[in-house]
Parts: sequence; C-alpha cells; structure tokens
Amino acid sequence: MNIIDLTVHELQEKLKNKEITISEINKAYIDRINEKEKDVQAFITLTTDEALEKAKSIEEKVNSGEIKGDLAGIPIGIKDNMCIEGVKTTCASKMLENFVAPYNATVIEKINSENMISLGKTNMDEFAMGSSTETSYFKKTKNPWDLSKVPGGSSGGSAAAVSANMVPWALGSDTGGSIRQPAGCCGVVGLKPTYGLVSRFGLVAYASSLDQIGTFTKDVQDTALLLNIIAGHDEKDSTSANIEKKDYTKCLKNDVKGLKIAVPKEFFAEGINPEVKSTLEKAIEKYKELGAVVEEVSLDIANYALAAYYIIACAEASSNLGRFDGIRYGHRSEKFNNLRDIYINSRSEGFGDEVKRRIILGTYVLSSGYYDAFYKKGQQVRTLVKNEFDKVFAEYDVILTPTAPTTAFKIGEKSDNPLEMYLSDICTVSVNIAGLPGLSLPCGIDSNGMPVGMQLIGKRFDEETILNTGYTYEQATKFRDNYKPEFKN
Amino acid sequence: MEVKKEELLHIAKLARLKLQDDEIEKYLLNLQDILNFANIVNKAPIDGLKETVRERDAYNVFRKDEIEVFDNIDGMIKNFPDEQDNMIRVPKVVQ
Amino acid sequence: MSIEDYETVIGLEVHAELSTKTKIFCKCPTKFGANPNTQVCPICMAMPGTLPVLNEKVVEYAVKAGITTNCEIERDSKNDRKNYFYPDLPKAYQISQYDRPLCKHGNIEITVDGEKKKIGITRIHIEEDAGKLNHDDFGQGSLVDLNRAGVPLIEIVSEPDMRSSAEVDAYLKKLKSILEYIEVSDCKMQEGSFRADVNVSVRKKGDTEFGTRTEMKNMNSFRSIVRAIEYERVRQIEIIENGGKIEQETLRWDDVSGRTFSMRDKEDAQDYRYFPDPDLVAIRLSDEYIQNIKDNLPELPESRKQRYLDDYKLTQKEADGLTASKYLSNLFEEATKISNNPKAVCNWIMSDISRILNEREMEPSDIKFTGKNLAELIELIEKGTISSSIAKKVLEKMFDDAKEPEEIIKENGWIQISDEGAIKEVVMKILEANPQSVADYKAGKDRALGFLVGQAMKETKGKANPQMLNQMFKEELNK
Repeated sequence: MNIIDLTVHELQEKLKNKEITISEINKAYIDRINEKEKDVQAFITLTTDEALEKAKSIEEKVNSGEIKGDLAGIPIGIKDNMCIEGVKTTCASKMLENFVAPYNATVIEKINSENMISLGKTNMDEFAMGSSTETSYFKKTKNPWDLSKVPGGSSGGSAAAVSANMVPWALGSDTGGSIRQPAGCCGVVGLKPTYGLVSRFGLVAYASSLDQIGTFTKDVQDTALLLNIIAGHDEKDSTSANIEKKDYTKCLKNDVKGLKIAVPKEFFAEGINPEVKSTLEKAIEKYKELGAVVEEVSLDIANYALAAYYIIACAEASSNLGRFDGIRYGHRSEKFNNLRDIYINSRSEGFGDEVKRRIILGTYVLSSGYYDAFYKKGQQVRTLVKNEFDKVFAEYDVILTPTAPTTAFKIGEKSDNPLEMYLSDICTVSVNIAGLPGLSLPCGIDSNGMPVGMQLIGKRFDEETILNTGYTYEQATKFRDNYKPEFKN
Repeated sequence: MEVKKEELLHIAKLARLKLQDDEIEKYLLNLQDILNFANIVNKAPIDGLKETVRERDAYNVFRKDEIEVFDNIDGMIKNFPDEQDNMIRVPKVVQ
Repeated sequence: MSIEDYETVIGLEVHAELSTKTKIFCKCPTKFGANPNTQVCPICMAMPGTLPVLNEKVVEYAVKAGITTNCEIERDSKNDRKNYFYPDLPKAYQISQYDRPLCKHGNIEITVDGEKKKIGITRIHIEEDAGKLNHDDFGQGSLVDLNRAGVPLIEIVSEPDMRSSAEVDAYLKKLKSILEYIEVSDCKMQEGSFRADVNVSVRKKGDTEFGTRTEMKNMNSFRSIVRAIEYERVRQIEIIENGGKIEQETLRWDDVSGRTFSMRDKEDAQDYRYFPDPDLVAIRLSDEYIQNIKDNLPELPESRKQRYLDDYKLTQKEADGLTASKYLSNLFEEATKISNNPKAVCNWIMSDISRILNEREMEPSDIKFTGKNLAELIELIEKGTISSSIAKKVLEKMFDDAKEPEEIIKENGWIQISDEGAIKEVVMKILEANPQSVADYKAGKDRALGFLVGQAMKETKGKANPQMLNQMFKEELNK
C-alpha cells in the first residue's frame, strides 16, 4: 500500500482501522512534495514543517479522544488566493509577494475546525487571471502528465498537486473555468459549486459575481466529502445562499438509469479538438450503456457567454484590484516623489502583463461612453445565458460537454495570444455566467497520453445530480486504475 | 469600433497604470482584438432582457448593528509599507 | 449692470454621519475620537478577500430621513461602486448609490424674514465615509487613519432652489434639526458629522437658464458657509461683469483669508465608472416596513413648536429658537416637567445657555447637565437661595462638570446671605467707608444708591440678597 495513492475516503478507512496514523499520512505527502516539487512546482509557499508538528498534536488529541471528526489530520493544499492568518497570501503576484494575511477565510475556518492540515499555498495565474498558470509571478507549474505542458489554470498548482499525489485534495477557485479546466488538464476531479454555495469571504476577489471556491480531488466520493465541509451559509458573505445543509455523500447512488442528459451540439462543433470529441463520444456511449437517456440539444450561447465573461469579469476586476495601490499593504514602489507616483509606479511594477491587460479592458468597458455598449449588454447576455440554460434544464437533469476544447497545451504555446488563451474557457465560462454547478472529471486520454476532461453541468444548487452522474461513470470506468501521470519530460 | 492610442492612455491613467512605449502598441492590439470579439454581445438576441448583476435574486441581506472588535489589528499594521504612530505614511496630500 | 441685477442660485449636498453603533459594512465601532487605526478591521481596511454586509440600521435611518423630508421611498434600491484612487479610500471605490437612491423627490419648508419657502430635495442616498488624513508635523508626509472609513453617511442632495445665504442658513438649520429629532445623526459640525458641499452660480434676474456653478466641498460651519457664498457670488458677478466666463470647478474655501481657491487637478478628468456592487444584494422595501417606520417616528419640531405656543404661551420667536435644536428643546421639556416657570426656563436656554455654548464653541448635544438640573437652578433663585448673578456662575460650573446646582453652591460657599443682622453689618460698613456717596444720595443723586449696593455685593462676593440690601440701604440713608 502506498499512502499517497489513496483517496481521502480510503485514508479514513485505514485511520479508522488503525492501519496508519495521521503522522504517517502527513509524512508520506511531505516526502512526496520534497520529491516532486522541483519538477512540478505546484506550490508558492510550503508550510510542511508546521504541518508535521500539527499532525503530531492532532494525532495525540485524536488518540486521547479530545478531537473527534473523521477528517482530523487529513492534509490539504490551498490555492494562494485564500487568506490563512499569519501565512503569506500572494495571489501569485509581485504585488502581494510579502503580504501576510491578518485573518482567515471562511473556508479556512471550516478546514481548521475539522482539524485538517494545510501543507501549503498552491501556485496559480496571477490574481486567478489565466488558463495555464503561466502568469504567476513566481513560477510555472508543470503538468504531471507531461512536464513540458501547462497544468491549465488558473488553479494549476492545486490541480497539479492533486494529480501528482502531493496532496490528497486541494481547494481552488473558479471564475470562468479555473477549477474545471485545470482538473481536466491534470486528470483529476474538479467541482465548481453553484454560485453562493461556498462563502467567498477571504477569497481574494477577481470577479465577485462569478468567483466561487471549489474542490480538486482524486475521485467524486472525495469531492462530496470536501464539499460537505466547505458548503454552507456565511453571514460574512452577502451573496452566500441561506439554504439547508446537505450530506453530499448520500447522493452517490452509482445509478443513472432514466437520467436525462443533454448534449449541446454547439459544444462539439468547430474549435473542439477531434480527439477530445471522440473521447467524449465514448463517454456518452458509456452513459447510454448505463441506462441514461442521452439526447442532443441546441444551446447556442458559448460565444456570447465568453464575450460577456470577459466584459463582466474584467469590469469587476478593474474595480476589485483598485485596492492594490501601494498604500496599506503590498508592493510600494521605491520610485516616488508624490502620491500619484506611488499609485502608478506601485501598480505598474506590482502587476504582470495579463492583470494589467484585464484592468485596462475592465476600465474601458466601464468608462463613460462604453458602459452601455459593453457592460450593460454583458449583463443582458447574462440573462440570455441563464434563460437558455433554464430551457434545457426544463427537460433534462444534466448537461454534458467537454471541459475544454483541447487537452493541456505546451508551456508558452499561447502566452503571446491572449484571445486564443481566452478561448480555452469557451466550454466553462457559460456555467459561471449562469451561476450553475459544474463538475469536471477525466474520461480518457488522447494519443499523447494527456487526460481529457468531461464537464457535467447541473441545475442551481443541484450538486447531487452531477456528483452522482460523475460517480456512476467513475465506478464504471475506473480511470484512476488505468491511467497515472508519468512526469514525462 | 477602433481604440485610439490616446484613449488607451486615458484609460491607463484612470486605472493608475503606466505603459512603457514598447508596451503601448501591444496593448492597443490586444485590446482591439478582445473588444472586437467582445462586440458580439451587441449582436446577441437580448432585446428587452433585464440586466443580471449577480446570479442570485436575493434581497435584503442585512447585518444587525452590533459591535464586534477585530483582534488582530497588529496583523494589518505589520503590512503597512510605511508606518508611523499606527498610521500609514504617504507623501503629503495637497488639500 | 450692478450686483443687484444678479440672482444667486445655490444647491447643497449635505453629508450626515449616521449615529449607528457600527460601521455601514462591518462590525467596527464608530465612536468619534479614538486613537488612530484602533476602530478598524480587515473589511474597512480593505484587506484582500473581504466582503461588505449592510448594516440594517443604515437603511432604516435613511428611510426615516426620507420620510421626514417628504421624500418618496424607493422600493427597489441597490448599492453601486464609485471608483477613484485616494489614500483615505481603502478599496479605491466608495460604496454609494448611483441611479436608485433610497429616497427621492422630497422637500423641506424654511422661513426667512417671515416668508415660507419649500426647498426641493432631489435625493437621499446611503454611502460610506472615507478615512482621515492627518498632517505629519515633522516630516513631509500625510498620515492615514482609517477609523472613519466605513462610517455610514447619508447624502442629502437639494435642488438648486436657494437664492441667498440666509436661505441656505435656514435650510441647513432646519435639516440639522430634523436629523437630530429623528435621532439618525448627532450632526456635530466640529466633528465633521454634518458637512456640506455648496454649489453656487449666478445669473441675471429673469434668466431661466442656470449659470455655470462652482462647488465648495466639505464645509462644516454655518458661518463659513454663509461667508463663502457671499464671497463666491461677488467673485462670479465680477468675472461676468468684466466679460469673463465662470469655469465649472471645485473650490476650497479658506476661512482665514476669507476667499476661495481653485482645487483643480488638471491631470484628473474624473470618470467614476459607477456600476452595481456585485458583493451586495439588492434592497427591496415593503409597504409594511415603511409604514412601521412612519408609525414610530418621534415628535418633530413643527409639532413641538405648536405645543410650545399653545401650552406654554411662548412667543413665535422663542418657540422657533427652542425647537431649532432637539437637544435644547429636550432640555426645555425636561426642565418644565419640574419647573412651573416655562418662561424662565426658556429665557435661561435662549440667553445664558446659548451664550455659553457660543463662547465655548460647543454643540447643544455636548451639554452635560440635565433639564432637571436647570429646573433646580431656577428654583434656587426663586427661593432666594442664590441671586441671579450667582446663578450665572453656577451655570458656568454646570457646563464644566455634571454636578447638581446645590452641590456647586455649597462647594463654592455661594449661598445667598439673607440674614438681616449680617446684611445690616455689611450695609453699615459700606456706608461708613463711603461718606461721599451718602452725601450724594442725600443731595438727591439716586444713582449713588446703586453704587453702594454694588460695593456691598462686592464685599459679600455677590452673595448678599440684593432686594434686602436695597431695602436696608434705603432705610439707613433715609433715617
């Protein structure tokens, strides 16, 4: 038995049967990080020393009965845009290179109250803006399946860390696909919950109306376990939904008989790589074999949604990132004679290219003269996208699409062409625009041995149906038993 | 819709960003590309549709007027780039 | 043409800090005067990742202000972001309201020189205050204190309906008094919790178009506002008379030099890029909610004024004066519960108390003693325990610390001498020491009596009962 190959629910079993200890689990993962981090570069800040001590103390408390709870001592990776008190929270930006968060995000409070142990803060695109984790100021994370390729983004560090078994699971955030797309690229399971299901308090905002914290796990059962912990109403987040707490592990029925799955033909049209398409088609056949009713539908929104996404997300970002001004925290330029210099120089030095590009685009679409032509229209498109999804969901339980048009691409391949990079989000953004839950899970590999992601989209706050749909497929196909990342050079 | 250089510079100034001369051309091109793409929102069938600001049609999320004192002010002050007497020092503001 | 051919047009944007316990979007206290950056948290310091949650009292207070200024209350409202960079604005945007303010289309009635006039209120919206910039006395910098950042404000925007500084003065006093009565703001001008942006333009009488206006920001004294308007109208008229043009700009009023200065920063063409704040949900007010606030409003100045005229037989001027401030009016109400001499209570408030407030640059809300104390003071005069000149000294002491008047009198040995023997002793002493005055009196100069009484008061440090002194001097001199 190799500890790092196990899922969290498997670790829980072994802990319960006293086959392994909390310290052994943490030690195994930390050893793995020490072995693989130089190749994968998934982390910005490692807190492994503190983690080992914490593991010991939690282990004692569990043994003495002081702590109960079946996730105590389980390690986790946290995307570096969630605040942990006393730990650097950089958002992969020079701007926040030395920023130490003075408070905990709500999800961190929840993780802490379960006595889970963070091993470190994972790499990401700067301020979560990107689809390849290449815009990080600190490092480029590599895809564990092929180290010359990107892990996707923006939560590339979390995806790669789970894929490379450096943590059993991790938290990420998803504004336009930033969990699902890297999950697809790295062959792991990624869930973006319904907007409002998980508190955003303590998540450094990129686009407030689209951001949502979610999970990276090795399998769907773990997704349900982790979602149980992080979901729930938070009075610190006005947009958090006040709905009844659910146990998401209960929905995993391993049965999709009679389930109605819609396959929108526009998501399989031009721009989708043929191998991705054929892999998805096999998955669709599998669902039919399993008894689901799969039908083709029309859902012609992807381009509108992507356009609206870049308008809305950049508009909100241009305002959200105003606070990084060199005054109260973060990078303050050494070159200044007056206040204006502090602002302009700190921001120009502290932000990378992509962040500046999006701030400029966002400022543009909000500025007088363009608000009506872009921002306002974007908000109307949002209603359109929502309505179109509602129409499909009036008749179907789940919508199935590829997670991304291609498998992971080469590092550097798209970094000079922002628009082409933005197209990596074509399959995922509409889900954020409509605030729906989306699950990405691996459904095969292409001829280069790179994993292909399948996206399952559900109704608002109906995570259960997509989790069960994913789980049933996973049980039938056992992707993890058949394929493993090989750290190819 | 064509973006002019002066417009880009005005926007950058509003956003408190400085673009180097060699960056201006690139940003201008990028911005133009993205806007051309984004312009399809103007072709979308959205006549008469309301604007959606956020996904949840929620109303009246309020907080009670009750004091809770934050206990880690030091943790914030430690992040000040230039601190004096518990305050943040900035170049003189002309009033 | 001359200055009389012009008409001044004034509109005001008043910012009033709401007297909630906590800030608008976080749980920090709002108390004035705390040490720098001690009433802050990650939310009002705009630490990355923080989110606002709206204080329910802020909406309630704004709606109260709207109802009492005859506004329509907006059933569907929202918060918007106003984006700009300034060191006192931590998020680089202010959460305010743009196109759907909570209240709109109101008015309040003012009276100037006996003439009544309605001043329109365009809108009232809620927003957050900014922090404070302190000057560093030694270095070259400014120091940012964010205690005030996030304190709730209402901005009350008037129509350009005022035509003179007297109307502005009346409007501001009326507005201040309303906000005090409904207890939504303490309106302490020195603390900046009631301040105004003043928009002034001039035009030739009879013109229907408005002239170009200038704006003076953050004025926080009635006197300065009146002076600034007077200065600015003359300045504008002179420019026009000399063939010049008024530039639309923001000005700073300097109280010392008594003139306005241009604040314009040509580099900054403002474009606030307002958009709905995605971190906050919409505000939707029901009829029941609004009715409930209406049903629970405290008594307003107009109704009190009428009561004073009817029940206490005060003059219009007295009633106006008392009700101009909720605190003075409350003092009156408290005192008249005990004292059966409302005229005297009114006189004390309108003369000596108002004078001391003025001298000490205090607000009525700063008064520490109670109406009961004032009633006691008046009773002590009526009983002859102290003279009214001693009472004035007692009142001064009552402003210093909250002690009962009797206690102050005892501590200072100010009890009036009404003992006949003691008075006689003083009278004899003074007569003996002032033979000339005695002679003058006997020669028919009545004024000499006043001098002798004065000397006796001096001798007794004001404690002698003046009526008794008077009488006894007369008796002795006429012997």
